Amino acid sequence: MSIVVDIVLVTLLAVAGIALLRIRNLFAVVMLAGIYSLLSAGLFTVMDAVDVAFTEAAVGAGISTVLFLGALALAGHHENRPGHTPLLPLIVVSVTGLALVYGTIDMPGFGGADNPVHHHVADHYLKESPNEIDIPNVVTAVLASYRGYDTWGEVTVVFAAAVGVMLLLMGGRRSRAAAGDNGRVGGDGQAGGAGDR
Amino acid sequence: MSLDLFVSHYNYWVVILLMMVGFYILISRGNLIKKIVGLNVFQTSVFMLYISMGKITGGTPPILVGDGHGGDAVEHVVYSNPLPHVLILTAIVVGIATTSVGLALAVRIKEAYGTLEEDEINRIEALVEASE
Repeated sequence: MSIVVDIVLVTLLAVAGIALLRIRNLFAVVMLAGIYSLLSAGLFTVMDAVDVAFTEAAVGAGISTVLFLGALALAGHHENRPGHTPLLPLIVVSVTGLALVYGTIDMPGFGGADNPVHHHVADHYLKESPNEIDIPNVVTAVLASYRGYDTWGEVTVVFAAAVGVMLLLMGGRRSRAAAGDNGRVGGDGQAGGAGDR
Repeated sequence: MSLDLFVSHYNYWVVILLMMVGFYILISRGNLIKKIVGLNVFQTSVFMLYISMGKITGGTPPILVGDGHGGDAVEHVVYSNPLPHVLILTAIVVGIATTSVGLALAVRIKEAYGTLEEDEINRIEALVEASE
């Protein structure tokens, strides 16, 4: 039964992905990207990754949609029709895709318990984490303890990104205001209007 | 092509399709915000590939049954692989961080050039260079 749900969700994701490609109203694109994230959260639940599913639902469908909407409010939401022919990108994408599909033929099938990925450290985590860490949720035990340095690095990245965003959005604005707002390159009225909002 | 191969690899193939949709948006569309959406689609497809590999048919989420200290009922439970889940949890958070930096850059580019279209930005750059 879960394989049917899996196939339906995966197909819906493919439809959403192709719709994302074709729509040119960026507001609709952002909303559809939120739906896409929610569908992928559903798929993660079916594939037993419950922690990933709620992170994706909160971060991918929630926070990232809000961020995109904020960016659209500042930057406008119309996309121009692409000026050049899409032939070269299509060729590049098809060749890459075919090479990847060729690579998957040798992969062990979906859901097999004997797949190589399930041996090595995963066994250790499942058998020993109750004795070593004593948290029922193995994902939490691995995230916070066995791979604590990964999480620490992740926090560093988030901090760096937050500092970067603040510098980009506030630092630039203040120094421009000090310079009498003549730092703009292609200055037409639009740019100033976006900054005031 | 046998039906078996199709069912056991369907996930991987749709993941590749989505990956290529994201890649195509990234290289063929000129709007910077649309490019970031494409990058997100690409990213999510990688998450799905990893989670697909961690799934065991008939398995349960890797949350230990009972008190976690053995007992014979626990022997018969099959857990999906927790390791890809941990890696992808980290990747999701890093992904939102890079997305927000990309969006902030796009907003600044819009303020500086008045447009988000790649070809118009190139044209303005060429004009500025010619006038110097």
